Amino acid sequence: MAGREKTADGSIVICRCEDITLSEIRDLIAQGYHTIDEIKRVSRAGMGPCQGRTCRQLIARELAAALGVPIEQVEMPTFRPPSRPVLLSTIARGEADE
Amino acid sequence: MREVDIAVVGAGPAGLAATLACGESGAATLLVDYMDAPGGQLIKQTHKFFGSERQFAGTRGIQIPAIFMDRLSKMPNVALMWGANASGYYADSGVLTLEDGSKFVKVKAKRVIIATGAAEKPLAFENNDLPGVYGAGAVQTLMNVHGVKPGDRVLMVGSGNIGLIVSYQLIQAGVEVVALVEAAGCIGGYLVHAAKLRRAGVPILTSHTVVRALGEETVRGAVVAQVDQSWQVIPGSEREVACDVICLAVGLTPLVDMMWQAGCEMKYVPALGGHVPVRDENMRASNPAVYVAGDSGGVEEASSAMISGEIAGISAATSLGFEVKEADARLSRLKADLTAIRSGPTGEKICAGIKCATVCGGEW
Repeated sequence: MAGREKTADGSIVICRCEDITLSEIRDLIAQGYHTIDEIKRVSRAGMGPCQGRTCRQLIARELAAALGVPIEQVEMPTFRPPSRPVLLSTIARGEADE
Repeated sequence: MREVDIAVVGAGPAGLAATLACGESGAATLLVDYMDAPGGQLIKQTHKFFGSERQFAGTRGIQIPAIFMDRLSKMPNVALMWGANASGYYADSGVLTLEDGSKFVKVKAKRVIIATGAAEKPLAFENNDLPGVYGAGAVQTLMNVHGVKPGDRVLMVGSGNIGLIVSYQLIQAGVEVVALVEAAGCIGGYLVHAAKLRRAGVPILTSHTVVRALGEETVRGAVVAQVDQSWQVIPGSEREVACDVICLAVGLTPLVDMMWQAGCEMKYVPALGGHVPVRDENMRASNPAVYVAGDSGGVEEASSAMISGEIAGISAATSLGFEVKEADARLSRLKADLTAIRSGPTGEKICAGIKCATVCGGEW
């Protein structure tokens, strides 16, 4: 995404891992990205080390407000392993011998 | 692949209590935690617990893990794994994947008890990424685990028990708490904790929020403002507060990734902090191999986490045919203890939330 804007929304960080601001999220919603998964795919919000623990609920709230729906109607993304950061080499080596 | 009867994920108060109950039944039980030592949030809870003696009232949180470990370490059927990151649960095979250091380990468990706790809720305000903006959990870890002062002048955001207790602990550590802001019209935590802060001279500003962090490289201050009943900032009410730390204590949300992975039926319950698994009265989720315990089933506190952990442990063990002495009587007593803990105005909201998250009729 583009560098930080100097506007108020441009200095509110929503996804800390991927450095994505509120203005970027609002732009994406205005462009028609209306689910957390769509916003994730196009911006990487939620794909960093914390796996969306910080940004997911903030993005859900933005979507709810923009779409005029209660927050429970905002579709959650698919949760897949690993839910915490793992070194690829750990998986590549395969299962440890007992 | 390792095989166990019951795997417990998370060694906080809920996971420890669940493991003890499983261990007593004779079930081959594995307790894993990504930290290097047991206790979860207990390791920073230097305050004495309230409640009943059965949940260690009068004991400091930091002393509780050792009480559990003393008993667990004597159980030959209980295995403990620290520094092991449980990163996935595969519902089709009942396999849990772990990273133990650089080793990849698969564990096939007939039952899993998810006791992964909760994560802090974020707050969106201007410059919220400036160094000096902390979560209350981080502040508590710095102070109470590592003996490090997070700064000299703290603005606390949020008046739940965590915000109130951490504020008082900051004062005890010689840190000035310049103010505590709370967006709601009244405090969220216990009056007894808030009263201590007021006696220490800390202004508690209800119907206030933080609008902006000030500073270039680090926090040098904050702009706080009054909010109306729909949480909107009242123009003209903004004012600057000098501080070098903005500490966020705006609530917790259950860590439920593994229950989503397990295909459990989930429900959004604001009173419990967010999405939680629908469960029966014995903490069993809609996936019958999965049980939930503690904050990952709904944010409360450590005492109720220990009770729901014990309920989940007893239920998981008996579901596999292991004998738990007087299981029914113990379960009734534990459920009565939960009801007692959930009395009072805060408890009412929790009870309504639990009811919402419990399957109709109380059992699957």
